[in-house]
This record gives sequence, structure tokens and C-alpha cells, in this order.
Amino acid sequence: MEAAINDKVWSILAAIMDPEIPVLSIVDLGIVRSIELNNQQLTISITPTYSGCPAMDIISMQVKMSLLNAGFELPIIKQKLSPVWTTDWITNYGKQQLKAYGIAPPIGKSFDGAYLEDIIVPCPQCNSTNTLLISQFGSTSCKALFKCLDCMEPFDYFKCH
Amino acid sequence: MEHEIFMLNRIEFLLHLADNALIIGHRNSEWCAHGPALEQDIAISNIALDYIGQARNFYQHAAFLINELPHESSVFSIPATEDTLAYLRDASAFKNHLMTELPNGDWAFTTLRIFFFSSYQYFLYQQLIQHEDAQIAAIAEKSLKEVTYHLRWSSDWVIRLGDGTTESYQRMNTAINALWPYTQELFQENNFLQPTKNILAQIQTDWNEKIKNIFEEAGLHLPEKSVQYQGGTKGFHTEHLPIILTEMQLLQRVYPNCEW
Ligand SMILES: [Zn+2]
Repeated sequence: MEAAINDKVWSILAAIMDPEIPVLSIVDLGIVRSIELNNQQLTISITPTYSGCPAMDIISMQVKMSLLNAGFELPIIKQKLSPVWTTDWITNYGKQQLKAYGIAPPIGKSFDGAYLEDIIVPCPQCNSTNTLLISQFGSTSCKALFKCLDCMEPFDYFKCH
Repeated sequence: MEHEIFMLNRIEFLLHLADNALIIGHRNSEWCAHGPALEQDIAISNIALDYIGQARNFYQHAAFLINELPHESSVFSIPATEDTLAYLRDASAFKNHLMTELPNGDWAFTTLRIFFFSSYQYFLYQQLIQHEDAQIAAIAEKSLKEVTYHLRWSSDWVIRLGDGTTESYQRMNTAINALWPYTQELFQENNFLQPTKNILAQIQTDWNEKIKNIFEEAGLHLPEKSVQYQGGTKGFHTEHLPIILTEMQLLQRVYPNCEW
């Protein structure tokens, strides 16, 4: 594929935000696996984050719309399960964006994080490490609920997967 | 011919995995907006969503394999999709374990069922990661991450209720007596389990060990002797499954192909 087209597609995708976390682009979320172009036919492979994540259908639709708007033919969106998505694929920039948005980014490598009681999650508001797990499940599949014991604010933690 | 039987068994196995996830997912979704506290309501709704997602992945793969079968030999309506498989099959075609279809009961029953079932899935998916079908392996690997959270969460509840008040202890015991007769079906051999038959014994050993450890921590005991029910994987269900399906399938049955 021509480098110029490749760059253009990536930059279009980088402007598509996760519908549930509107500061995190799907590229920073790490779900775009590949872009291929064959005889004008674009194929975008994306990896679902969670099995039941309702955002995946919306994201596929947004990818199609954005590329159509940019003058591409209707792209094929392939959902690719393997290799399995992990929070390790969220970019550093993506993690900074999460924190700025008030969501504590995942700590440690993919699955060490299942034992939420054993990790210290700093408060995204005041950086205090004096925080407490409230629930292993939060407002969406990807989050757990914590509370800061210093500033007393509750906050979401992006769970390791 | 041999290959076709092999593929039919694989499809049945996928439908079994999908049906299990769909039905227990549906049961858990019934708690949505009825949980004992907001955080727990959110937790069980998330768990339900994970299960429905797993079901979708297994149904999608089953549908793909069904559509690849030679048409004249297919016992399925073609083209199959995840929706036709979930919404247009009768109760006798469902292959879920009986445990998954039982009504929710109280919070003790619900969390104990998730504990029993997610322990089973936890060890099953660990084995399926090695499956020769790369798509089954991928779904198992993805699902295992989710099930690990379900298992942690439900273990905590079993311990909390078992080691809680007199009432919570009694309720957990009532739940154990009600659910135990449905546990051994999880390890029953079946034709379509052919490729995984030899791992069932290992899964059962791991499962027993897990249950024993959590029960010990919770101060709970296994029932001494109990009747055991089976038949779900062969399509012989309790009266509860048709009731779930009536609700779940109503729209597609009344307005075929309806979308919204
Ligand atoms: Zn704070």
C-alpha cells in the first residue's frame, strides 16, 4: 500500500474515539490490528476489547462512516479475536489521556491485575495512593470502582485484561 | 462422511458452549436493576454482558461452520447466523447444562451458581486454549480473562455469605443443597465432547479442589449424598428453559427477521 494512503487511513482512525471514553482514540486503545488495501478495497482488522462490549458495533460503524466520508470505498471491517486484546496494547499517550479524563489507567502487565485487592491504584485526581477498591465491576466492562481516602472522590480504574 | 460427523460434533460442541453462556447470561441479566446494592447490580449486569458476548462468539463460529457444511446433509437451517441459532432453535435443541437454566432464587443461590459455573468454565477454558480449532482457542483465551473476574467475585460472595450471619449461612446452605444435584452434569461425557472427553476428568479434579478450598474458607460443607440430574446436553431440560426461551425469542417468533 502507498505510504501516503496508509498514513491517511491511520490518521482517520486516530480521530475515532471510543464511544464510552471519548478522550481515547481506537488507535490508542490498541484495537486496530491492520489496514490492508487490495484493488481499492480497504480491509480494517480490529480486535474486540471484551466479549460483550457493546461499543464494538458502534466503533465498526464509525470506522465505516469516517472512511466513506474521506472518499474511500466502503471498507470491510474484520473482527479478529486472536491474538487476544490486552490492556498492554493501550499506548502511553492513551494512558495519559485516561488519567487526565479521571480514569486510573491499568497498572502492571495484562493479567497480573486480576487481583485488584493486591494492587495500589493512585487516585487520578490527587495522586494519593491511599485508595480503596469498592467494586471489581464498574460502569462498563472495562472498569472497576475505587474510592480515594484523601480527596474522598470515587473513581474508575481501567482493569487489566 | 467421517469428516462431516466430525464437523457436526464440533458444531454441537460450539452450540453447547454458546447455549451455556447465553442461558446463564440471561439469568444473570434478570438481576439488572434488582441487585441488592448498586455496585452489585452493576457487577452482575457486567457478568451477564460478558456471558452474552461469549455466547455471540461461539454462535458466530458455529454459524460459520454450519454454512460450510454440504447443504444436502445439513440438519440446520441455512444460512445460519448467531441470531438464528439463539432465537430460532427450540428448547429440545438447546444443549446447556441444567444448572444454567434454573430460576435465580435469592442472592445466595445466584452467586453460588456463578461460583460453581465459573469455576467449571475457568478450568475448561484453560484446556480449550490448546484446542486444535484456532477460533475456539482464541475465544477461550479471551473468555478466560473475563471468567477469572467472575470467579473472584463469586468466590468472595460465597465466603462472605457462608462466613456471615446466621441467616446468610442458612441461605448459602439452602443454595448448596438446591444446586449440588446439578453439579455432576458438568463433567458428564457426551458424543460431541469427543475432542475434550479426556480433559473432563482433569477439569473435575481441579473443580473439586477449588470448591473445597473456598468452602473451607467460608465454613461451608459439601452435601454428603445427593441425587444428580442430567440431560441438558442431550436436549432434555427442566420446565424452566422453555419459559426463558419464550421470553427471549418472542419478538423473532412473532415478527420474523424484525430488527430495531
Ligand atoms: Zn484523591
